[in-house]
Amino acid sequence: MTKRTLLLGSAIGLAAVLLAAFAVSWQPAWPALANPSATFDPAIVAQGEKLAHLGNCAGCHTAQGGRPFAGGRPLETPFGTVFTTNITSDPETGIGRWSRKAFVRALREGVARNGDLLYPAFPYDHFTHASDPDIDALYAFLMTRPAVQARAPVNRLKEPFGFRPLLAGWNLLFLHKGPLVDDPGQSAEWNRGRALAEGLAHCGGCHTPRNELGAERSDHAYDGAWTEGWYAPPLNTSSPAVRPWTTDALFAYLRTGLSATHAAAAGPMGSVTRGLAQASEDDVRAIAVYFASLMAHAPAAQGSPPADKGNVTDAAHPEAAALFAGACATCHAAGAPMMQEGRPSLAWGTPLHEDTPNDTIQIIMHGLAPPAGRSGPTMPAYGDSFSDRQLADITAYLRARYTDKPPWPDVPGAVAQVRKGGSE
Amino acid sequence: MSALTRRRLLGQGALVVAFSLSRRAMGQVMEKRPTLPGDLDKFPLLDSWIRIDAEGHITVFTGKAELGQGLRTALIQVAADELAVLPTSIELVTADTAHTPDEGVTAGSHSMQDSGTAILNAAANVRALLTEAAAWRWLVAVEEVELHDGAAHAPNGDSLGYGELATLLSLHVEAKPDVARREKGVRLIGTNLPRVDIPAKVTGGVAYVQDMRLPGMLHARVVRGPSEGTRLRPTDFDAVARMPGVVQVVREGGFTAVLATQEWQAIKALQRLQSAGWDRPGTKLPAEDMREAIRRLPSQEVPIFDYPGPPAPTDGKVVKARYSRPCLMHGSIGPSCAVALWENDGVTVWTHSQGVYPLRKSLAELLRLPAGKVRCIHTEGSGCYGHNGADDVAADAALAARAVPGRPVRLQWMREQEHGWEPLGSAMVVELEATLADDRIAGWRHDVWSNAHNGRPATAGGLLAGAEVDPPFPRQIPKPIPMPEGGGHRNGNPLYALPNAKGIYHFIEQAPVRVSALRGLGAHMNVFAIECFMDELAKSAGADPLAFRLAHMTDARAREIMQTAADRFGWASRGKGGDGRGCGFAFARYKNLAAYCAVAMEVAVDRASGDIKISRVVAAVDSGEAVNPDGIRNQIEGGIVQSLSWTIHEAVAFDATHRSSFDWSAYPIVRFDAVPATVEVHVIDRPGQPFLGTGEAAQGPAAAALANAVTNAVALRVRDMPLTPEKVKAVLRS
Amino acid sequence: MITLTVNGVSHQVDATPDTPLLYALRNDLALNGAKFGCGLGQCGACTVLVDDKPAFSCLLPIAALAERKVRTIESLGTREKPGALPAAFEAEQAAQCGYCIAGMIMRAQALLERNIRPTEAELRAHMAPNLCRCGTHMRILRAVRRAATAMGGGVRNGAEDAL
Repeated sequence: MTKRTLLLGSAIGLAAVLLAAFAVSWQPAWPALANPSATFDPAIVAQGEKLAHLGNCAGCHTAQGGRPFAGGRPLETPFGTVFTTNITSDPETGIGRWSRKAFVRALREGVARNGDLLYPAFPYDHFTHASDPDIDALYAFLMTRPAVQARAPVNRLKEPFGFRPLLAGWNLLFLHKGPLVDDPGQSAEWNRGRALAEGLAHCGGCHTPRNELGAERSDHAYDGAWTEGWYAPPLNTSSPAVRPWTTDALFAYLRTGLSATHAAAAGPMGSVTRGLAQASEDDVRAIAVYFASLMAHAPAAQGSPPADKGNVTDAAHPEAAALFAGACATCHAAGAPMMQEGRPSLAWGTPLHEDTPNDTIQIIMHGLAPPAGRSGPTMPAYGDSFSDRQLADITAYLRARYTDKPPWPDVPGAVAQVRKGGSE
Repeated sequence: MSALTRRRLLGQGALVVAFSLSRRAMGQVMEKRPTLPGDLDKFPLLDSWIRIDAEGHITVFTGKAELGQGLRTALIQVAADELAVLPTSIELVTADTAHTPDEGVTAGSHSMQDSGTAILNAAANVRALLTEAAAWRWLVAVEEVELHDGAAHAPNGDSLGYGELATLLSLHVEAKPDVARREKGVRLIGTNLPRVDIPAKVTGGVAYVQDMRLPGMLHARVVRGPSEGTRLRPTDFDAVARMPGVVQVVREGGFTAVLATQEWQAIKALQRLQSAGWDRPGTKLPAEDMREAIRRLPSQEVPIFDYPGPPAPTDGKVVKARYSRPCLMHGSIGPSCAVALWENDGVTVWTHSQGVYPLRKSLAELLRLPAGKVRCIHTEGSGCYGHNGADDVAADAALAARAVPGRPVRLQWMREQEHGWEPLGSAMVVELEATLADDRIAGWRHDVWSNAHNGRPATAGGLLAGAEVDPPFPRQIPKPIPMPEGGGHRNGNPLYALPNAKGIYHFIEQAPVRVSALRGLGAHMNVFAIECFMDELAKSAGADPLAFRLAHMTDARAREIMQTAADRFGWASRGKGGDGRGCGFAFARYKNLAAYCAVAMEVAVDRASGDIKISRVVAAVDSGEAVNPDGIRNQIEGGIVQSLSWTIHEAVAFDATHRSSFDWSAYPIVRFDAVPATVEVHVIDRPGQPFLGTGEAAQGPAAAALANAVTNAVALRVRDMPLTPEKVKAVLRS
Repeated sequence: MITLTVNGVSHQVDATPDTPLLYALRNDLALNGAKFGCGLGQCGACTVLVDDKPAFSCLLPIAALAERKVRTIESLGTREKPGALPAAFEAEQAAQCGYCIAGMIMRAQALLERNIRPTEAELRAHMAPNLCRCGTHMRILRAVRRAATAMGGGVRNGAEDAL
């Protein structure tokens, strides 16, 4: 073959690929609904509300201090900042004119009504697995939310990621459309749990590490990943939890934000569990069944949990011990009233057993608070009480006292990192 | 019999002479003394209330206590006003078993009515005596003597200080009824005299029993399980006794306390003692909501009221509704505290108990001492809102201090102990049924179910320690508080003129949880029910809620209060409500005996979250003669905000073994981000009218106005308190 | 012996290093302002300023303080000459039982030192960690507004702001 032929062939090949990519990336606009005020069966709307809580739509689609579902919240990605959109029923700035078909396409294929490809910061690569009835119910729910006029700020993406048609390539590589096929060897509940976890609940969105193109690495499903300054631990056999995540333990945690055998939900899991508290109880249990099965043989949970080595650690770390005794023991010491309420020992919580001190530091620095006026696990913020050095000392002390693991390397560095990064 | 003095001859004439000559002959006449106003009747001697020494220093005594309601200031105003002196001239001694009259408990909004009235009249008597003494001294007519600025003034310019005058007379005489009040001169009553206790509170002064520091004082903590009914497992007491700073671990039967030289050391010792875990030895708590559980227990029917009238027409429209509330916590912001000191075979206890006399009696029994060997001195604590842990901690401190005679012991409860052991406000259910005929109420039936609203210690068995020592004292059996005051049935009798109306209190003696008086007692629930029901009836009759109430109210002061609140609110021009915004109205006269209070409120309900935001509250109150109008406004504002917290947010939670509302995280109360945007209180002053108790008047009306406003906003009614976002959402969805 | 700098004065306190600041203030230094309300960081009755920021003194061991400057309500003037906030609280009679008030004043002091012109919403959010059980909230807010004005600023009001 001559060089000329090669060149021509390559050019034609490239053109063909580009044409194919263009063909794939170009999506038609679905027509706007002329009369966007359909009525929906209240039972379906109610179902949709529960699913919206399960998927925590409001968590992303609500700005701080903004109206629910009206969008405008910035999502930081390695490619820049994406702002969530308004998914209220507003005809101009929300999805009020979206037909059911357009909505389904958005969830299943990541395409907006007007044909724009959506950034996978909107996890349509998960939502694509949602069932038809679930998507219908979600549609009914969102279309009956009060309309809010609000336009999201323009995305601030690094070049060339602002060019949406590139996403077609991403979809080709990473989007596996449609509901999952049930595993016949598993119960109906397990299959429902998996469908939800992989689908609307999009757990892998935080708990699965991503590649350089920002896509989840399916060969490392649920191996743990970083999000918004928190480490979301593994949800498989690599789980560092020292007490077994049984279905019941997981259900209690997901449903109430507190597990008596592990810890309270912190960081982004606070928002997730508050949503799950209002989702369908059966759905939450199904998710618990699924992940309990993935973590069933995690080695870390096989032995007995570590003992509280208080006396030994105190002798070795007298300064940190004094800080703990004055600042933490009132709630966390064995004889503290909070502990008499059946709250878990610090030795049982996952944060101290992770390979990173980051989550421990986050919790100490920022505390825990339920939403205003609600009851729930509460911890004051110590970020202003302690210097960086004191925070590092306490963090190292906790690791030594409540785990049998080696000390974390560079705890001061981790403290500085959390200080810089801001809160949940 | 006191010496015959010239004052007596001049002042009181022949009858007195006759008395002094033959007391026995006049015995039968003397027995039938006319009734004196307020608690003066129980303690008719003037020097029980007022003493003046030779230097002119005036001491006023009251058996009531400052709870943060401004009583100290109000009583000083009353005395100073009547005695024509500056308030700074008055030293007020409050509830102290060694010095003050036994006026029972500072509760039920009785202080101004009983003590204020007594002091007012005693002071008037004293002023009359001072005037007479000066007149006698100068040989002028009584009318020519003027009293002001702490002295009597003669027409010719001479003056005599009260100190000198006091040496000429005795205040150890009985008060006379119908002594005229001072007419001329600058008034203090009716002014907003600044609270005398606030300056210390805003500049770090000593102000509370928690601030007491006595020489050699030890710090103590009592050791109990997490909440009533639980018991800590025994542990290595000797190891704790050896902890740094620990002086002693006091154990008497099941009562345990730890004493240490430093407070933090006592706390650490407590932590160590608590690490053994706890059990619930007795019966488990009911599985269902407390308000349902108590209805399964035997009850005793107590009549509340029975208004006559013809039976309702059979074609009348019958309306029924059921309302309820859960157990509520006092939740005093400062956990209860007491200081006790044993000396000379007796004990002195500094306590914020609302009733130092009944406490003394109970302590005497507990400690096996004669009552004269126990002294209880009221010293301010944080707001108690009824029977909280104050009495129990007094007993705890006394028992702990008995182990170290001669050393004062300060014992303070921990937050979780106050949450876990304080007596609660009972869960309650009210069922109302009424018949409307021609859009007017033609028949009315009120049934209320509740546990007792009074468990205040009258015996050692009413104290927690009483059940722990060996042998334990028998438990106090609660009894219903009789009407017209009432307990669970307080304010069950509507002030409206209703024909053919009857009310029954189903008093449930057996209580699964510890219950006692919480601000308002049954009034919070009964007024909530009645005032919500009036709205439901008004709606059924197609009437405006205010007009409907006025159509059934003949009490003129009630009508005026309702109209005032409505006018100040702009009730007539309010929107019709709906789409999440609404207005509500409610009224009650506390106990039908005390202050009148009407509340109007505007709210916005977020239909998605169920959150209620209160944009405007306007209240009007009639407390009779207003001694300190700003003090009245303060109490009503506070009562409104507190009642809104109860009604929207609060419910004590239990599991089978204990109270799970163990701290503020588990029992959230209203915070700054949820209080109303504005609260206005208008006081109608009625000079010359009797003082009317005010401290509890807002609890019921605020609660009902809130529920009525929410109903106006979303067209659906929540009848079971608290109106949490979850409950509002659930009702909206149904 | 631990050195504490309180209200500009250096003190030697004979207490163990783990002793929460609250007890050192009340018992060792006989300062009444900060109060024990819960010991859990949930009510704010113990609020003091540490390096100008509000802190729960019930949960701050004295060993953690080092050179940091502690300020209590006693630093805001005397009965005879109260500072702006105490004077405002007195003028508004912003207390019922008053137990929470010292904590409220210190909390408000931190805000006004940082921002003399907060909005009503910022004010309410800032005060939220402090509980008042008597329901004195409206007067407390009025007192802080009054003090802000007296200090040369003022709280920016707005009906929407308040909700």
